[in-house]
Amino acid sequence: MECAIQMKHVTKTFGSVTANKDVSMDIYKGEILALLGENGSGKTTLLNMIAGIYYPDEGEVLVNGKQVEIRSPKDAYDLRIGMIHQHFKLVDVFTATENIALGLDSKEKFDLKQIRKKAEKICEKYHFEMDFDRKVYAMSVSQKQTLEIIKALYRGADILILDEPTAVLTPQETERLFKVIRNMKADGKSVVIITHKLHEVLAISDRVSILRKGEYVGSVKTSEADENLLTEMMVGKKVELNIERPVPENPVKRLEVRNLSVVSEEGVSVLSDISFDVYGGEILGIAGVSGNGQKELLEAIAGLQPVVEGGSIKYYNAADGSEPPMEVVGKNPKIIRSAGIHMSFVPEDRLGMGLVGSMGMTGNMMLKSYDRGRGFLTDRKKPQDLAESIMKELGVVTPGVNTPVSRLSGGNVQKVLVGREISESPIVLMTAYAVRGLDINTSYTIYDLLNRQKKKGVAVIYVGEDLDVLLELCDRILVLCGGRVNGILDGRSTTKEEVGLLMTKLQPDKVREKAQGEAKEEAQGETKEAQREEKETKKETREQEGGGKVE
Amino acid sequence: MSNLIAWIIRAIPFGTIIMYGAMGEILTEKSGNLNLGVPGIMYLGGFAGFASAFYYENNAASPNGAICILLSLVCCVAASMLGGLIYSFLTISLRANQNVTGLALTTFGMGIANFFGVFILNGKSYTAAPLANSAYARKIPFLSGLGAVGQTVFGYGFLVYAAIVLAVVLHIFLNSTRVGLNLRAVGENPATADAAGISVTKYKYLATCIGAGISGIGGMYYVLDYNSGIWATTGQIEALGWLAVALVIFTTWRPLNAIWGAYLFGVLYWLYQFLPSLMGFTVASYVTDLIQMVPYVVTIAVLIVSSLHKKKENQPPAHLGLAYFREER
Repeated sequence: MECAIQMKHVTKTFGSVTANKDVSMDIYKGEILALLGENGSGKTTLLNMIAGIYYPDEGEVLVNGKQVEIRSPKDAYDLRIGMIHQHFKLVDVFTATENIALGLDSKEKFDLKQIRKKAEKICEKYHFEMDFDRKVYAMSVSQKQTLEIIKALYRGADILILDEPTAVLTPQETERLFKVIRNMKADGKSVVIITHKLHEVLAISDRVSILRKGEYVGSVKTSEADENLLTEMMVGKKVELNIERPVPENPVKRLEVRNLSVVSEEGVSVLSDISFDVYGGEILGIAGVSGNGQKELLEAIAGLQPVVEGGSIKYYNAADGSEPPMEVVGKNPKIIRSAGIHMSFVPEDRLGMGLVGSMGMTGNMMLKSYDRGRGFLTDRKKPQDLAESIMKELGVVTPGVNTPVSRLSGGNVQKVLVGREISESPIVLMTAYAVRGLDINTSYTIYDLLNRQKKKGVAVIYVGEDLDVLLELCDRILVLCGGRVNGILDGRSTTKEEVGLLMTKLQPDKVREKAQGEAKEEAQGETKEAQREEKETKKETREQEGGGKVE
Repeated sequence: MSNLIAWIIRAIPFGTIIMYGAMGEILTEKSGNLNLGVPGIMYLGGFAGFASAFYYENNAASPNGAICILLSLVCCVAASMLGGLIYSFLTISLRANQNVTGLALTTFGMGIANFFGVFILNGKSYTAAPLANSAYARKIPFLSGLGAVGQTVFGYGFLVYAAIVLAVVLHIFLNSTRVGLNLRAVGENPATADAAGISVTKYKYLATCIGAGISGIGGMYYVLDYNSGIWATTGQIEALGWLAVALVIFTTWRPLNAIWGAYLFGVLYWLYQFLPSLMGFTVASYVTDLIQMVPYVVTIAVLIVSSLHKKKENQPPAHLGLAYFREER
């Protein structure tokens, strides 16, 4: 088959992070290629280099056999490459026609009627439906996507790149999109779909290329592939990290989440019918492709996210069960926090949630305690002591506690954030992406911190991206997929493939419900078994188990 | 009847001043730049126009009205565009805060104008440029003599009619040309415009500088026509500048609305003087000040109504007031 695009030894780095490393990949003419990979595996970055958003640091790109330089989206269009980004590039108050006309070659006469006629012809050819007088803000997501595709085709694109096109579509809309993609293929165009949904890959593509951690793993014909093979290629072989994982001692139920559902502002269901338990003294990992409800789940527990009626989150404040559990849903975040549920969420831009970049460590400590001062003036002494002790204990490298945290390196910022939450001696500690963007040594410091909390009997919820870490750090792993609990696995016995498969493929309802139910039962039993194996000789075991039973 | 005519004759020139200010600001804001320096720019334009006309009149052997108009217009637009350029450089290239920069420009323009005005005033409380005034205020011959209609419709200097033409031109430019479409895209969603191959920086610079040039004409019209060619150290232009900014909101960023909106503001502004005599009663002096607030109250009412309606077309450009940079690219 003839190559439309060849990438040779392409490397792209952002600062110290390597997004793509020595990737060589071909896109054939007239094929539907699926680019598969986990989060952060560099799929979007790679194709952004073809679309002119980024420019590769090393390597070359060949279009139709000729070496090219693509410096801007305009260059890409001139080479007949069009990319439809996840965030649509459309002007809200413009009509569909005006959006198509935007930035067109200025040599052509500016005539919206002509442009519209030409666009309508494209619609006929590929069976799109589009109201060209409608303004973009009045369109549904699927219509916007269609408009983006028409825009690309209008500019003569022969190679279309779609970045996670189905993420925002309903199943019916997805089916319609697939039809369109097949029509385009029949017309001789190459289509590349970036995705992490296995069943879609198998349904639509001719060939699959797989990226893992920025590197090219290989390509297979879809007809010769199945889910297991793809998952294996996507997640790779297990890497031994040797993270310490103490056996949970004395697990006490701390949180009981039942039938939790969250609907986003746009009315899309983000979490549906989530049920699980969290125990003190264990680390519960939450795995899942990002954007599958992790953030909303943590926020719902922290009281920052409105919950659909009917869901409940019960919080057991007293370890011996002497007090009745507290219903978290409906409480204000401050009450939840002071009861002992703490969250440290590390967003992609790190500082966005939790820390104020222009403030020093002291100031950031005060964010949680400013209302505790007695007088009219704030109490700076205690936060400063706290900041200094965190700096010493966690080894935060900073010129001083009053240096703005935005000037610290990523790892140190994370230490400040996690350190502050730990200092409040939480009973439930939620961390998300705590090691995002950190080097290995710093990551181990963070794992160590979490393990220390675990040994203290804190219930730790760890939302992570790296499966290897989740498998070695967590006692149990809850897998989220499409906003549902797709299985709760035992961290010691599960495999990477199993987690990977659950992350990408939603199990039938019955299987899931069974898993959810079993996990509830088993969690206790399994941890007890593990204890029995390792601590049989010790006498305390019996007593501890006794303690564990009190619920 | 004569009162009503007098009212209209007062209101339309008044409206013209703020119409220029508002049209320039509409063009600027369409590029996403919120230039609160309009009053300062109107000062710059007004002073540059007056000063050039003044020196020409007093130094030329046989001053000519047409040359006087040309010279003062060029100086006025150049000085105003310079103000716009300062604003553009600070907010577009250096990405300074637009509100702060705009307010600083207002203070700056006012200060510069009044400072150099001292040299022209030379100790007097005011000076005049009578030739320029007569050139700018020249009414349309013959037509202006046709009774009430002639007085109210044809009885103004040429800048009044130029403003209406400009509003129509701006309307066509923004809505039916490629460049206008591109400009609106820059103000609405610069990232999209950038991806479409439109130079965001170039558009922002040009729109802001040309917009400032248009706004400045309003200041000059005030000095050389409305104020009978008299320059004095006052804060009057500043008040007019803020009214122009209010008018931009009132028009919901549409140049055609600026025509009737400006005249309406003029009518409302002079309400205090003409309404009582029309109705046949007198008002206390403190009430006049209250009545002069009416244009602002109307603007607030428009803001409330358009906010309640949430109609996207009536909202300011989505990226108004925000700096744009490509981030990592």
